[in-house]
This record gives sequence, C-alpha cells and structure tokens, in this order.
Amino acid sequence: MQAIYQVIDTLLPIPALQFGFMKNALLAILLLTPLLGLLGTMAVNQQMAFFSDALGHSALTGIGLGIVLGVRSDLISMLVFGVVWAILICRIRQTGAASTDTVISVFSSTSIAAGLLILSRGGGFAKYSSLLVGDVLAVTPNDLLLLLIALAVGTAVWMAMYNRLLLAGVNASLARSRGVRIHLVECAFVVLVAVAVMLAIRWVGVMLINALLILPAAAGRNLARSSRQHAVWSVAIALSSGVAGLLSAYAWDTSAGAAIVLYAAAWYFLSLLLRAVLRR
Amino acid sequence: MPEHHCSLCRIALDNVSVQRGGQTLLQGVSMHVHCGQLTALIGQNGAGKTTLIRALLGELPHSGTIRHIDDHDRDLPHLTTGYVPQHLHFDREMPVTVEDFLAAAFTRRPVWTGISIRTRRQVLEALEAVDAKSLAQTPLGRCSGGELQRVLLALALRPAPDLLVLDEPVSGVDQKGLSMFLDTVLRLRETHHMAILLVSHDLGLVREYADHVVLLDKTVLCQGTPEAVFATKEFDAVFGAHTAPRREAPQWLPGNRKEAP
Repeated sequence: MQAIYQVIDTLLPIPALQFGFMKNALLAILLLTPLLGLLGTMAVNQQMAFFSDALGHSALTGIGLGIVLGVRSDLISMLVFGVVWAILICRIRQTGAASTDTVISVFSSTSIAAGLLILSRGGGFAKYSSLLVGDVLAVTPNDLLLLLIALAVGTAVWMAMYNRLLLAGVNASLARSRGVRIHLVECAFVVLVAVAVMLAIRWVGVMLINALLILPAAAGRNLARSSRQHAVWSVAIALSSGVAGLLSAYAWDTSAGAAIVLYAAAWYFLSLLLRAVLRR
Repeated sequence: MPEHHCSLCRIALDNVSVQRGGQTLLQGVSMHVHCGQLTALIGQNGAGKTTLIRALLGELPHSGTIRHIDDHDRDLPHLTTGYVPQHLHFDREMPVTVEDFLAAAFTRRPVWTGISIRTRRQVLEALEAVDAKSLAQTPLGRCSGGELQRVLLALALRPAPDLLVLDEPVSGVDQKGLSMFLDTVLRLRETHHMAILLVSHDLGLVREYADHVVLLDKTVLCQGTPEAVFATKEFDAVFGAHTAPRREAPQWLPGNRKEAP
C-alpha cells in the first residue's frame, strides 16, 4: 500500500492528495469508474437506464432485509438481494407480461418503500442516510482490494459476453438464429451491473449511482461512431469526471459523488453540443 | 404436379405442425426445399409463413420432422441456416459500425478491444460477396434499407449456410436496392448451390425468380412451378381469380414504399 501511496505522491504532488483517505478515494475512483463506464455503454445501448436506477434503489431493501435476517455485513446482504432482484426484473421483462417501464417502476418503488419501512423502524433512519449520498472518503485499503478483485472478475465476464450482448442488442431474433442464448446473456449482464452497482453504492450513494453508470456512456455515445470509440470515450469521461470531481469536492468541501456526477453531466451537455456541430 | 428433383441435397419437412396457446398455427406441412433452387413461400397474412420459418430456425417447438438429407435419403450431419429477418428494429443511434456488427458475430473477441487483421479481412470478404465493401465503417444506423439488407445477407452467408431463409427481404427497399439484392442471391444460388427459401407477398417477384412455389394456408395448399401454382384453383381462392402477377406489382415501386433513411 505504501508503495502505491508513494507513486501517487510522485505523480500527483497535489496538496489535496497528501492525506491517506484522499489517496484511497482516488484509487477507488480509478478502479470503479472504468468498470461503470464500460458497463454503461451496454446499459445505454440496451435502453436499460431506468432499470439500473431501480437496481440502485434496491440496495436499501437489501440492507434492511440483512438487518432483519441478522446478516452481519451490509455488503453481502446488498449483493445477494441486488442479484436476486436483478434476475427477477430480467425474467419478468423477458416474459413480456407488462411494459418494461411499468415493471421496473413497480419494482423500484416497492424496493424503496420496503427498504425505508425496515430502516426507519424506531426512527433510526438517520444512521443510514449516508447510504443515500455515499462517502468516497471512507474507503479503506480492504475495500480497495475488494474493488480490485471485482474489477478483474467483472471485466473478464464482460469481455466474454460482450459480442453476444451486442448482437442481442441490435436484434434478438437475429442473435438467436446465430445461436446466442439471449435470456442467459441478458441475465448475466444484469447480474454484472447489479454487482458493480452494489459495490459502488457505499461510495457514490443510492441517489447518484445510476448517473455514474449512465452519464459517461450516454455522453460517449454522442461522440462515438464505433463500439471501440464508445468504450474509449465512456471510460475516459468516467475517469476524468471521477478524478476532477474528487479534487473539486475537496476544494469546495462538498459531496464527492455529487461533484463527480456534475462533471459527467457537463460532459454530456458538451457532447450534445459537439454532436450538433459535427453533424452540422 | 411436377416435382423438382435435385440430384444433391434437400431440407425435407414431413408432417410439421405447430400448436401454440391452444391454436393450430401449422397443420401437417410437408415440403422440400432443394439446394440450388429458390423456393418461394406464398400465402395471405396469418397463413403461417413466419411460423414455418421460426420452426425451421428451431425457435418454435413443432411436431413432425425437419431433416437435412442427401439424394439417397440419408441424413446429413448438421443444417446450417442463414437468416435474413424481415425488419431489423434497432436503435439507430447506437454507435456500432457495420464492421463492429459483423465482427461481433464472427468472433468472440470483444469488438471494443479492437478488431484483429484476420477478422477485419473476414468482414471485408463477407461484405464484398454482397457488393457492400464500402459500408464497413458506416454506422449501422445510417445504412439505408437496401444497404442494411445486404449487410444482413453478408451475415447470413457466414458460415456458409445449407439453407438461406429470406423473410420478406424486399420490404422497405427501393427498386435499385431490390434488384441488387436479388441479383446477389441468384448468383449465390448458382455459385454456392445453396437452398433458398424466400417468403414474399410480391407475386410478380415470385413468378420471375422462384424455381418452386409453395402456397401455404396453415397447411400446404399446393406446390410446384410458379406457372403451375398460379393456375390452380387454390391459388385463385387465396389471391382472387383475377390476380395477374406482374413484374410491376405496385407495392415496391419507388415512392410507394417508404424507404428507411
């Protein structure tokens, strides 16, 4: 860990980064934002922005249920519940029983209400309110290790199924005719998003997590022509927003999550402008 | 009715029925699709044409058998089917080039990490076979209806199919795109000797291009050469006695059909 800190000190001799918690936060952002940026490209292409929003909200229920069932780790109860919830929404979506919008909306509000109900019992919600906005400055070296493993596994799974997801995203029947098991691939993707969201939520917060997943990819989409450009833009925007947001939050003494998302939003509006100019 | 007898292989459907939700969509369909021939499937809307294709593609459970056999009725190992869908509904703003799209289908290496020289060559060859090499770097969403059709054909031809299924390939395509597309398909019939199954509403087109016509209404009403089928009373009953299929069938005249931007 000390070696990594020294590298940061050498490469980025900024006063803000002299503190250990800032270094940890920076590392967390460097690990997390590229993964969210990559996953975002597909979430945007599959028109799942609303879906990932609902997923973020389910973190509240996950923690609530974890407390009721006596699970000691918040993270584990969030992860398990998030994955189950994601598969459930995915399956209902695939049966086409109701419009996707409606299904997601029902799930989203149900999970917020259930989470609030459990967590606010006895008027004790205040201690969970940090979950809503997140706190990236609370990252510990152990969390970083977890993030590193998640990044490695997530990227590997993502690499393995990207092409099939791309085909499924263009046209389901066509993908099926080429032997793509659409339901399986879609569910695997959704589970991957669920894991990434649950890992990030303590640092970014329930309210902002979706913005971090969707905004860089949405901005990148406006600037890219090919899949590769989309991935590169999305990761670059996510990373730059993350670092700039963290440093700005330190300077302004505000929430880092909010600053990061605002930078990503600025990128998005800039991309809209650029697209209009480029296409005349 | 005269039957075509190909000296090579064929896809043989025997007594194929499809039931769904208590409804009979197909009842006892028996027909052959010979290689080196263009077989046209005609019939009214709801006659089960798309159902038959989905059964052929293995998307719908069915009774009866679908076999890929040689001239001595022996089963051939595996039926590779190429499929060109009728409409490709997709998000046209998606930043995916034609090359990305084809490479994603041809390889497992994620296309956002870059496309290898070998794959790139494969993609260009596939596009060249359908006169669409210049489209490689075009975003998929900016292709016209005819261009998209050719890209889909390029995809359907890799790996080389035993059976090529074209589901209403001419809808949404202008005259020039249509003739380019059909010329390519006919060239493939000659050079690759593949079996082609064409679903079409356009009887003029069927008369001009098909070797064999199957008239479907839940089951096979009649089949044979276009002339023979068009002269049957079953054909009259389905399409009306005075349907004179002409090349100028108005539905795909330029201007009458909306072309994708």
